[in-house]
Amino acid sequence: MAAKTLTIDGKEVSAAEGATILEAASDAGITLPTLCHLEGVYDVGACRMCLVEIAGTPKLLPACTTQVSEGMNVTTTSERLQQYRKMILELLFAERNHVCAVCVANGHCELQTLAYRQGMDHVRYDYCFPKWDVDITHPLYGMDHNRCILCTRCVRVCWHIEGAGTKNVAGRGAKAQIITDLFQPWGESDTCTNCGKCVMSCPTGALFYRGATVGEMERDRSKLEFIVTAREKKQWIP
Amino acid sequence: MLITLAKHKRKTAEQVLQHPSGDKRFKILDTHMKRHQFKADALIEILHRAQELFGYLDNDLLLYIAYSLKLPASRVYGVATFYHFFTLKPKGAHTCVVCLGTACYVKGADKLIAAIQDVARIKPGETTPDNQVSLLTARCIGACGIAPAAVYDGTVTPRQTPESAAEKVKGWLSHGPERAAAN
Amino acid sequence: MDLNELLQIKEKELAAQKPHTLRCCMAAGCMSSNSQAVKDGLEKAVADAGLSNQVEVRGVGCMKLCCQGPLVQADPAGALYERVTPPDAASIVGTLLGGATHVGKGDPHDPFFTKQLSIVLANSGVVDPERIESYLAADGYTGLHEVLHEMTPKDVVEGLVKSGLRGRGGAGFPTGLKWGTVAKSPGEKKYVICNADEGDPGAFMDRSVLESDPHSVLEGMAIAAYAVGADQGFIYVRAEYPLAISRLQTAIRQAKQMGLLGSAIFESPFNFNIDIRIGAGAFVCGEETALMASVEGKRGTPRPRPPFPAESGLWGCPTLINNVETFANVPAIIRRGADWFASIGTEKSKGTKVFALAGKIKNTGLIEVPMGTRLRDIVEQMGGGAPDGGRIKAVQTGGPSGGCIPADALDTPVDYESLTKLGSIMGSGGMIVMDQTTNMVEIARFFMEFCMDESCGKCIPCRAGTVQMHHLLTKIIERKATLRDLAKLEELCDMVKHTSLCGLGQTAPNPTVSTLRFFRHEYLELLQPDTHGPHGNGAVTQPPVPA
Repeated sequence: MAAKTLTIDGKEVSAAEGATILEAASDAGITLPTLCHLEGVYDVGACRMCLVEIAGTPKLLPACTTQVSEGMNVTTTSERLQQYRKMILELLFAERNHVCAVCVANGHCELQTLAYRQGMDHVRYDYCFPKWDVDITHPLYGMDHNRCILCTRCVRVCWHIEGAGTKNVAGRGAKAQIITDLFQPWGESDTCTNCGKCVMSCPTGALFYRGATVGEMERDRSKLEFIVTAREKKQWIP
Repeated sequence: MLITLAKHKRKTAEQVLQHPSGDKRFKILDTHMKRHQFKADALIEILHRAQELFGYLDNDLLLYIAYSLKLPASRVYGVATFYHFFTLKPKGAHTCVVCLGTACYVKGADKLIAAIQDVARIKPGETTPDNQVSLLTARCIGACGIAPAAVYDGTVTPRQTPESAAEKVKGWLSHGPERAAAN
Repeated sequence: MDLNELLQIKEKELAAQKPHTLRCCMAAGCMSSNSQAVKDGLEKAVADAGLSNQVEVRGVGCMKLCCQGPLVQADPAGALYERVTPPDAASIVGTLLGGATHVGKGDPHDPFFTKQLSIVLANSGVVDPERIESYLAADGYTGLHEVLHEMTPKDVVEGLVKSGLRGRGGAGFPTGLKWGTVAKSPGEKKYVICNADEGDPGAFMDRSVLESDPHSVLEGMAIAAYAVGADQGFIYVRAEYPLAISRLQTAIRQAKQMGLLGSAIFESPFNFNIDIRIGAGAFVCGEETALMASVEGKRGTPRPRPPFPAESGLWGCPTLINNVETFANVPAIIRRGADWFASIGTEKSKGTKVFALAGKIKNTGLIEVPMGTRLRDIVEQMGGGAPDGGRIKAVQTGGPSGGCIPADALDTPVDYESLTKLGSIMGSGGMIVMDQTTNMVEIARFFMEFCMDESCGKCIPCRAGTVQMHHLLTKIIERKATLRDLAKLEELCDMVKHTSLCGLGQTAPNPTVSTLRFFRHEYLELLQPDTHGPHGNGAVTQPPVPA
C-alpha cells in the first residue's frame, strides 16, 4: 500500500493510503477530541468534535471519516475550532439532563472529560430539561435516556460486533432516541443476547451495569477492541 | 434464528407468522413483498403498502415485515418512525391535513389550524376522542398557487378560510359513526 | 423501435390533429379546483354540438397561472379561460361556433406569459402527459436517438460541459463536470438517480414538470445513463405527490412498451430501466446522501462527504444524482445544441430557471425565465405586484435553506452568484413574496421550526443547535430576550453553519442570518434591556458540570 505524506499541525506525518486523518494523527501522537468514534466499529462522523481545517478546503471536515491525501495540510487546533467544540459540548449539556453529581459515570465519563479538557466551565444556553425515562427492565443492565448523546456507538456494536441488531435509533431530530426491538422495554427484548457490548461502548452514563451507583460505572473498552482485532486477524481460527 | 429463541418467545414469533391465515390483507402484503424479492432495500415501499392496507402500522405488522425481510425489528421500527408519512397509531374516520408550507403560511394557514382546533378541540397530530377526525399538518403539498390549501379525506381543496375549514370539520363531527360507515 | 417508426408515430399523431383544440389543465393545482369535471363537461359539450371531428379536448399539464385555475385554452384562437366551472363548458364550446361566453378571459399577452422563455416547460400545458404519442409529436426521444447513434458518451459529457448547465437543485454544481466524474469513476455497476423529493415549502416546479411532461425527465435520465455508463435509474418522488407518481408510472410503462426504456433501446446495445421510489415525508432526503440511504430502505440520514456519490453512492457504486429540472433540460440541449443553450442566460448561469411564484402576489403560478432576469421584473411585472394595494417587503428564495431579499434589492439579477451574495440561494426555485404585514422575525422562526422538525438528529450542531436557535427566536418574539441573547443567536448561526454534517444543517441558519442582515431593526425593537449577570442565562444558575 502506498504511503501518503501530509502535515498535521505543522508536523510531517506519513500514513498508509486509505487511513483517516484521525488515525494518522493518533499515530503521530496528536490527540483529537472525539465522542462518536469507537475503535472497532465504523465511523459515522456525527459528533463533529474531531472537525479539522484542511488548507484549500472551504469546509471543516471530520477527521474520523476523511482519508489522508498526499500533501494535505491539516490544522487540528485553532481558536475557531476550539470555540466550535466548546459550543457543541454546551449544546449537548443543555439538550438532555446531564447532572454529573448524581451520575453513575461521574469521573469515568467521556463527555465530562472532554468538557474539562475543552475548558467548558459553564453552559450559556437555556437547559431544555426534557423528560426522558430510565429503562431498568433488563436484569443486568440499565439505560438512562437522560444521559444519552445519541452517538450510536451502542447501535453499531450491537449490529456490527454482536450481530444482534437489538438497538437502533427511532424518531428523528431532538426526539430521536435509542430503542430496543420495537420500542419495547429492554427486559422484554427477544433479540438481546445479554452480551453487554453496548454498555462497554457507551461514552456517558446512559448505559450502565445495574447496581452501579454514583461514580462507580467503569468500562472495559479493551474487550471490544480485543474481539474486533481477534476477528480481523483471524486469531480464533486454528 | 427462531431456534435460538426461548420456548415462550418462539410461540409468540409463530403466532406472528401465522397471521396470514386470519387476515387476507397479509396475503396481499406477501405478494407485494415477493415482487420485491423480500429485499431489505424495499422496506420503505413495503411499509407504504402495509399502511395503505391496514391504515396504520402496529407492532405486530412491523414484526411481521421484519421477519419477512430478515431485518432486525429495531431497524424496521427505526425506519417507520423516521418518516412522517408513517403512522403507528390508528387515524380517525376522517382526516384533515392543513398545508403549512411557506405560501400557505403567509396566507394564513395558522389561522386555519386555530379555527379547526377550536371546533374539534384537538391539536395537530391528534384524533378526536370519538375517532371521527384526525388533524394533521403537511410541510408543503405543492399547491402553493392556490394557497392556503387543505386536504380533506384525500381531496386537495384550494383557497380555504378559517370559516370554511371549521365548517367542513364541524360537518364531520356532527355526523356520527353512521356517516363514517357509509364512507 | 427505430427512427423511422418514431417519425411515423409523430406524423400519425400530427395528421390526426383536429382544427380546434381545447386544452384543459390537468395538473394538481387545477385538479383540486375540479378541472376533471371541466374536462368531462367540455368533452360532452363537444359531442353534443356534433363537433367531435372538429374539436379535440386535451388534458394537458400545468398552464402556469395556477391562481386562476381551472384553466382552459382554445387553439388556434388562443383565448385563455380562467376559473372555469363545469357548467361553463357548453358556452366555451359555443365560442368555436361564433357564440359568446361570459367566462372570464385571461390575457395571454400579459407580461406573466410574454416574459417567459420555456425550455423545461416547453411541453407543459401543450402535450398530454398521459400519452407518449403526444410527447413524440413534440420531437420527444429524438435526442435520445441522436445520442445513442451519433454520439459517444464522451461527446455527450463534453456537450453538457459546453452548454454550461448547472444543477437546478440548489447548489448549482456544473452538471457536465458531475457527469464526467461519474463516467470516469471505475465500476461495473452505476446508477442514475433523479431527485424529485421537492421538500422546500413553497416550491412546486418539480411536481409540475413531472405531472406535465414526465417523458422529458425520463429521456434526460436515459441520456445521462448512456453518458455515464449506468443501466439502472431511480426516481425518488415525494409521497405527497400522488398525481406525479401515477403519471410517472404511466410514462415508464408506455416508454417500455415502445422500447424506449428497457433492453436494446433504439436497437443499440444500451439498456436502461427506471424504478420509482416513493419518499415518506422527510425533508432531509433531498440531501443526496440521505436520499440514497432512503432508496436503500434505511433511515434517511446523511453521511459525510467525501466520498461523493459520484465515486461511492448507492450500494457503494458510482451514482449520478440530479434534480428533475436538470434532467428536463437535457433533451432540449441535445436537440438544439449546447451553443444554443449557452447563448441564454448570464456569463456564469446559463439557460433558464423555473420558479414557483407564490405568497402575497397577484399572479401566482409557474414561471420560467432566462437566468439574469431582474427580480423586480419577476415580481412586479410578471407577478403583478402585491394584491390589494399592498407593498412588497421581501422576496424569499431557496426555502428553509435560503434567505429573504429586501424590496430595495429587487434590481438584482437572478443567477446563482448574485443570490448567494445577498445571503440567499437559488434553491430549487420557490419564490415567496411577502408584503408589509409579514413579520420577518416570525418568518425566521417559521423556517427554524421547519429545520428543527426536519433535522434527522444525527449530528449534534443541527439537532441541538436548531432547538436552541428556535428557542432564542421564540424568546425574542415573546419580548423576553436581550441583546446578549441576540449575540448568542448570531454565534450559534455561525457555528451550526460551519459544523453541521449536511446541507440541511449548514443552511438552516440562512433565513435567520438574512433577516438579521436586512431587517435587524425588527429584531432590535423586540429586545429588552439586559438585566442578567455577566453570563446571563435567565433559566438556570447552576452549571451542570462541577467546575
